[in-house]
Amino acid sequence: MSFVTNNGIDQRDGKLGMTFLYVAFAALIVGASCGVLQGLVRGGLIELPGFLDYYQILTVHGVLLALVFTTYFIFGFLFAGMSKMLGKMTSGERTSGWIGFTILTIGTVLTAIMILLNDGSVLYTFYAPMQASPWFYIGLALFMIGTWICGAAMLTHYFRWKKTNKGQLTPLFSFMTVGTILLWYVASIGISATVILQFIPWSFGLVDKINVLLSRTLFWYFGHPLVYFWLLPAYMAWYVVIPKIIGGKLFSDSLARLSFILFLLFSIPVGFHHQLMESGIPEFWKYLQVVLTFAVIVPSLLTAFSMFATFESAGRAQGATGLFGWFKKLPWHDVRFLAPFIGMIYFIPAGTGGIINASHQMNAVVHNTLWVVGHFHATVGATVALTFFGITYWLIPVLRGRQLTPKMNKLGVIQTILWSVGMFIMSGAMHILGLFGAPRRTAYTTYQDHPTALEWLEGVFSSQVTMAIGGTILFVAALLMIYNVIHLAFLAPKAQTEFPISEVAEDAGQTPRILENWKLWIGIAFALILFAYTIPLWDMIQNAPPGSPPIRTW
Amino acid sequence: MHLHRYEKYWLIFGVGTLIIFLSVIGVSAFAMGNHPPSHTETIDPQNVDETPPFDNPGLEQIDEHTYVATIKAMTFGYQPNEIEIPVGSTVIFQVTSQDVVHSFTIPGTNVNMMVTPGHINKAEHTFTEPGSYLVLCNEYCGTGHHYMQMTIEVIE
Repeated sequence: MSFVTNNGIDQRDGKLGMTFLYVAFAALIVGASCGVLQGLVRGGLIELPGFLDYYQILTVHGVLLALVFTTYFIFGFLFAGMSKMLGKMTSGERTSGWIGFTILTIGTVLTAIMILLNDGSVLYTFYAPMQASPWFYIGLALFMIGTWICGAAMLTHYFRWKKTNKGQLTPLFSFMTVGTILLWYVASIGISATVILQFIPWSFGLVDKINVLLSRTLFWYFGHPLVYFWLLPAYMAWYVVIPKIIGGKLFSDSLARLSFILFLLFSIPVGFHHQLMESGIPEFWKYLQVVLTFAVIVPSLLTAFSMFATFESAGRAQGATGLFGWFKKLPWHDVRFLAPFIGMIYFIPAGTGGIINASHQMNAVVHNTLWVVGHFHATVGATVALTFFGITYWLIPVLRGRQLTPKMNKLGVIQTILWSVGMFIMSGAMHILGLFGAPRRTAYTTYQDHPTALEWLEGVFSSQVTMAIGGTILFVAALLMIYNVIHLAFLAPKAQTEFPISEVAEDAGQTPRILENWKLWIGIAFALILFAYTIPLWDMIQNAPPGSPPIRTW
Repeated sequence: MHLHRYEKYWLIFGVGTLIIFLSVIGVSAFAMGNHPPSHTETIDPQNVDETPPFDNPGLEQIDEHTYVATIKAMTFGYQPNEIEIPVGSTVIFQVTSQDVVHSFTIPGTNVNMMVTPGHINKAEHTFTEPGSYLVLCNEYCGTGHHYMQMTIEVIE
C-alpha cells in the first residue's frame, strides 16, 4: 500500500501539515474580526457591546494573529516541505509531530479560554505586574513545549537524512528549516525562563513579588527573534520557491545559507532596542545592542540583492532586453508570485522604519506610538502575511491533491490587491499618526477633547478614521482568503500540483561546507548573547528594587 | 564563497550606510549626551508615597529657568495632574509608578519614557512655545488606560 500522493509528499505527512494550516486560517478569521472591530472603535465609528472590552479583543487579535496564525502556518509549511525534500517521516517522527500539535493546541485553547473569561486581558506581551490567571501562563508554557516537540520532530528527520546521505549537500529548504528551528530554540530560552521561573510561581501565589525589569528583559530577549521566526519562513519561500514560479533559478545557494546563519547570530542579542526608553538599563548596553541590531540588517540586504538578481536573470533568460525589460517578463498575473512580491516591496519601507525604531535616542519620537503598530503591520501583516498567502495558493492544492484553477487564481489576485491596499491605508495612517504622538494599544479617547488628541481624528490621511477604513478593507480581504482556502482544500478539482522548488544557477559556485557547521554557529550565537546580556542581566538581579505584587487593572 | 561584483558594491553601500547611521547616533549619544532615558535609581513600588521625593510630588524651581517636576504615575492618572510653567522653562521630569507599567509621554516633544514600578525614570525638555501640552500614557495599563492623562500649561 502506497501512501505517496501525486506530488511527492507522503499523505500522512501532508495531513499533519494540512491540520496546522486549518488552525492557522481559523485563527486568521477570528483575529481579523477582532481587528476590524478595534479599528472601528478607535475611529469613533462604533461602540462595543457591554460584554466585550476593547482590551480583551485587542488581546485576542494579538495572540491569534501574531502568535497562533504565524506559528501554525509556519509548522504546517515546514513539515510539508521537509517531507517533500528529505522524504517521508518515520512513524516516530510523525507521531512526535502530532504530539507537538496536540500540546500546542491544548496550550492555545487554555490561553484562549482565559482571555474569553476576561482573566487574561494583558495583551500578548503580558507585562508584569499585571497578573492574568495562572492558567493563562500555563497555556503559554504548553504552547512553547508544543513548538519544541514539533521542532524536535523536524530536527530528528534532518539528522536521520544526514546519516543516510553522508557527504551530500542538504537541500536548501531543509537547511533553512533547521536554521529557523534552532533560532526558535535559542530564542525561547528567554520566554520560558520568565514564564516558568517568574510568572507561574507568582501567579499561583508561591512567591509574592516579581522582578518587573527582569521579566521584560527576558520577554524581549525572545520578542525580537520571534519576529525573525515569522520572517525566515517567508524568506525561505522567496529563496526556494519564487525562482521556480517565475521560471528562473536561485541566484546563489551559498549566499542564501549565509544570510540564514547571520540571522541566527544577530537576531537574538538585540532585545534592548525594544527597551530603549526604559529605566534600569545603562545607556552603553542599549547602544551596544543597537549596533548588533544594525548587523541583522545585513542578511536582509543580501536577500534583497538575491531576489532582484533572480528576477533579472529570469527575465533575461526569457529574452528580455534593455535595463528594465526583465521587469515585464515577471508573471504578474500569477498570485503565487504577485502576493509574495508585494510582500517584498512592503519590506523596503518596513525595514527602513525598523532602522528608525532601533536608532537609540531617535526611538523617543516613535516608541509605543501608532507608528510602531504601523511598522509591524507592514512587516508581519504585509510582508510575512502576503508571502504566507502566496504559499497557501500552491501549498493547499499540493497537500489536498487539487488544483489552483485560473478562476481561483484571479480571486487570489483580487484578495492580494485588497489586502495590499487595505494595509497601505491602515499602516500608512498609523505611521503618520505615530509621528504626531498618537498612542498605540489605546481605546477610543479624545483626552477630554484636548486639541492635540482631536487632531488625530481630523486629518485626511492621518486620521484614526482612515485606519478604520483600511482595517475594513483588510477584513474583506481576510474573508475572501477564507473562501479561497475552503475552495482550495475542498472544492477545487482534483489534480496533480507541483511543490515548486528551484534549482541553483549554474554559475553560482560551490557551497562551502562550513555553513552547515551548526555547532560552530550556535557557539558563536551564544557567545554574542553572553556578551550583550550577561552584565546588564546580572545588574538587574543584583541591584533589583523590591519586587511588585500582582495587580489586576482590568 | 563567490560574491558577484555588483553584490559587493551593494553590500559596501549598505553596510557603509549603516556605519554612518551608527556613527551619527553614537556621536549624538556619547559626545553630545543625547541618550534615551535610562535612569538607574530604584524605589520600593509599594512605598512610593513615603519615599522622598515622591512623598511630595509637584513642581520645584531650582534656578531661574529650571524646574524639577516630581510625578507619580498610577492607574489611571498622574499626580499632580496639572503643572504650570512660564514659557522658556526647562523642566526635568522624574517619574515613577506605584502600580503597573505606564509611560510618561508628551506628544509633539521628545519626552517619551517608560515608567516601570521599582525604577525612577528621567527626561528633560525646554518649552519654547506657550500652550497646553497633553501628557498621556502609551503603555497599556488596564481598563482605564485611555483616560490616563495630565496637562502642562506653558504660559507667557
